[in-house]
Amino acid sequence: MSNKSVSLHIDDQLITVPEGTTILEAAQSMNIEIPTLCWAENLTPVNVCRLCVVEAEGARTLIPACSRTCEDGAAVKTNTDRVRENRRMVLELLDSANDLSQSDNLQELISDYGADSDRYTDPVKTTTPPKVEDDLFVRAYERCVLCYKCVEACGDDAQFTFAIAVAGRGFDAKISTEHDVPLPESACVYCGNCIGVCPTNALQFKTEFDMREAANWRPEEQSVTETICSYCGVGCTLELHTQDNQIVKVTSPADHSVTSGHLCVKGRFGWQYVQAPVYRAPSSDSEQSAK
Amino acid sequence: MPDLKFSDAEPDDHERALVDALVEQPPVVRQSERVVLGGIRRAGDARHLLLPGLHDLNASRGWISPGGLNYLAESLQVPPAEAFGVASFYDLFELEEPDMPGPRHHVCVDASCALADASGYAQQLRAEGKNVHEGPCLGQCENAPALFIQARSSDPVDMASTGETEQKFNATLANRLLRRFGLVDPQSLRSYREHGGYQALKTAIEVGQEEIIRLVTESGLTGRGGAAFPTGRKWRTVANHDHRQKYVVANADESEPGTFKDRMIIENDPFALIEAMTIAGFATGCTKGWIYIRGEYSTATKRLRSAIEQAYQAGLLGANVHDGAFTFDIELRQGAGAYICGEETALFNSIEGFRGEPRSKPPFPTESGLFGCPTIVNNPETLINVLDIATYGVDVFRSVGTPNSPGTKLFCVSGDVGNPGLYEAAFGLPLHELLEVAGVQIEDVQAVLLGGAAGRFLAPPNLDLPLSFEGTAERGATLGSGAVTVFSKDVDLWSVLVRLAKFFRDESCGQCVPCRIGTTRQHEVLLQIRGTQPNESERVLLSDLSMVMGDSSICGLGHTAASAVQSAFTEGLVGVQT
Repeated sequence: MSNKSVSLHIDDQLITVPEGTTILEAAQSMNIEIPTLCWAENLTPVNVCRLCVVEAEGARTLIPACSRTCEDGAAVKTNTDRVRENRRMVLELLDSANDLSQSDNLQELISDYGADSDRYTDPVKTTTPPKVEDDLFVRAYERCVLCYKCVEACGDDAQFTFAIAVAGRGFDAKISTEHDVPLPESACVYCGNCIGVCPTNALQFKTEFDMREAANWRPEEQSVTETICSYCGVGCTLELHTQDNQIVKVTSPADHSVTSGHLCVKGRFGWQYVQAPVYRAPSSDSEQSAK
Repeated sequence: MPDLKFSDAEPDDHERALVDALVEQPPVVRQSERVVLGGIRRAGDARHLLLPGLHDLNASRGWISPGGLNYLAESLQVPPAEAFGVASFYDLFELEEPDMPGPRHHVCVDASCALADASGYAQQLRAEGKNVHEGPCLGQCENAPALFIQARSSDPVDMASTGETEQKFNATLANRLLRRFGLVDPQSLRSYREHGGYQALKTAIEVGQEEIIRLVTESGLTGRGGAAFPTGRKWRTVANHDHRQKYVVANADESEPGTFKDRMIIENDPFALIEAMTIAGFATGCTKGWIYIRGEYSTATKRLRSAIEQAYQAGLLGANVHDGAFTFDIELRQGAGAYICGEETALFNSIEGFRGEPRSKPPFPTESGLFGCPTIVNNPETLINVLDIATYGVDVFRSVGTPNSPGTKLFCVSGDVGNPGLYEAAFGLPLHELLEVAGVQIEDVQAVLLGGAAGRFLAPPNLDLPLSFEGTAERGATLGSGAVTVFSKDVDLWSVLVRLAKFFRDESCGQCVPCRIGTTRQHEVLLQIRGTQPNESERVLLSDLSMVMGDSSICGLGHTAASAVQSAFTEGLVGVQT
């Protein structure tokens, strides 16, 4: 990062930021809200969802705020009619193609921007039955909006496993292993970091999937407990999500200095022992009462 | 370097031999169960061999087997999921064993070929028991309906190589770029030299790098692929970089429906492209050139390959060009059936062994292009203009054309045309004059699609349009790649529009939302309203789709995916009450 700084106007306010700062970062520092979908603080921006488009003076097309860096003297508007219309269409297109019912963030944006996917008659949709290949997680690609986050987390933004990539082209493009082999046969190491970054719940814990199937998933009743993973000495922060006093999933805060939100298979999935019945060796009465 | 996991799928002996021949040294030596000599890093550096490797594998069995793909991926240290992602990106690669044996017959069903009853032709081939695939433009529109036979274990065949078609070009309006067509033997360096070849390079070396860039800049030469960016400015930017490695890339992935000029340049005058690239390399300090040619252009590829070899043998390429004046190498890459790879940054990704998805710009190629190095990308037509500029100077070059569009342009005229083919004309020629020379009955014209699928329709009142950058821009049209597709009055334009929309739906890379879903929705809506007079909400829907694709897509494909459709409405060609 250079020491140079650049000054620009965002929504008519002047701001000076270090060179290399993205428009999104600058806007966030000014408390200007720009919606995002494929962007995450712990991943490299890929600017594919186009939800964060903004209008820059002199540019022919809109530009993605998540990846475009601030230029000296630029004038950027984040909330013009043109910007809002484009975001509305992006949301409408997504809603016309995917099941977004499990993404609260997108549902909120759809209603904020007035996106109306009912305008389309018989639109082709992404319809893939959920892939349930193991006891740890489920891939329900009918909800996949191809934000590339899981590919990045699996690849050189976190895990360096490269078990999945985008395959195919156009509307038929999808996240896939080589020749679509089941995950257990692929390079997957079950770190679950793809679940951690998925914005639409296309990737989810098997526990959550089963509970939803049984109509027993009640997020409003869940609580989150922070703890440190006990498996090794790294000291990853875990957020244990519990419902009815049972752990239902595990996450880590994306802004955490140790994990950046990413975990390994043990931290992510190795909680069953906490809930297993405890067998104790026979002990004397005095020891019992001391506890 | 990550420790990659590969599958247990094994290649057959032939596949193994193909990959071993391509990837020079086996990078991994398994001495024993415990001792493995890696060289993994080195293997990863050769990822650009992924695309040629996929070509070899696909040709050997007619499809890419899991074993072959796995072995290629391991040899190049590419994650198998990524290798699969790359292979599945291209139309010319099969990832499952085909149901039908025998070569795959690709029949073009885009505009000009549809007019020549391509579907009937495909039907007929099917009846003959052939394995037929109806697909996008094959760049042989002057000989519609076009056919490309993707053979196994032998060279693929396009129509030029069957000898059944002739080279259709016409230099009566102007004769610069076509000068050697039909006269020079495209497979002989000696013949090229006899027809003035390599004079331009000699002149360039005499006058020096600075002077050549000055000439190209002052000539006003602009890119002929559609964007019309000033060539001199591109060259200047790259020349100013003192990066350790810089590249010249010839973008011969001509896939714009209705366009076949670059194919004809390479088929008829391949040395011209090589000489022009060499000059570009000399002028800007690039020591390596890449030519990315359409996978469907088999004759052009063969001739180009032979021309490159001859140029190496004659010391016109390699470490000591012109007796040690400078170094310039050329490497050839074949596409594999993806329109989007003609987008310059998608082309880089394709060469580098990644999916042909466009990159975000900036940074522009002149700053960070192929392999992250400063790169000049020009198409063959743009490049061969440099030969005349170097030889005859700026004044002669600018003596034809208009002040803002100097020089000549190649036009690919096809469709309902008496004499379809490649026409050279000075910029500024009115469109109807070009059409008349090509044997079009003007009074019979319903519409002209100028600039290919990414272009715009013109109704008869606009046929006086001057064919120059400023002349077309004034009327909201574009010259694009120089494709001129003519539709007579008996053509059902709705079916043309539906096919155009289908083309973009098929060719969208799928990376960004506006284009991936927008092109799909546009096609669906057109299918639903074809033949009708669309109501207000249908029109709004189409224009909303046009807006989001035009404003918010990553690259030019999405930006222009609705322009032809929209122009058909604004020109009053469809959807009007009669």
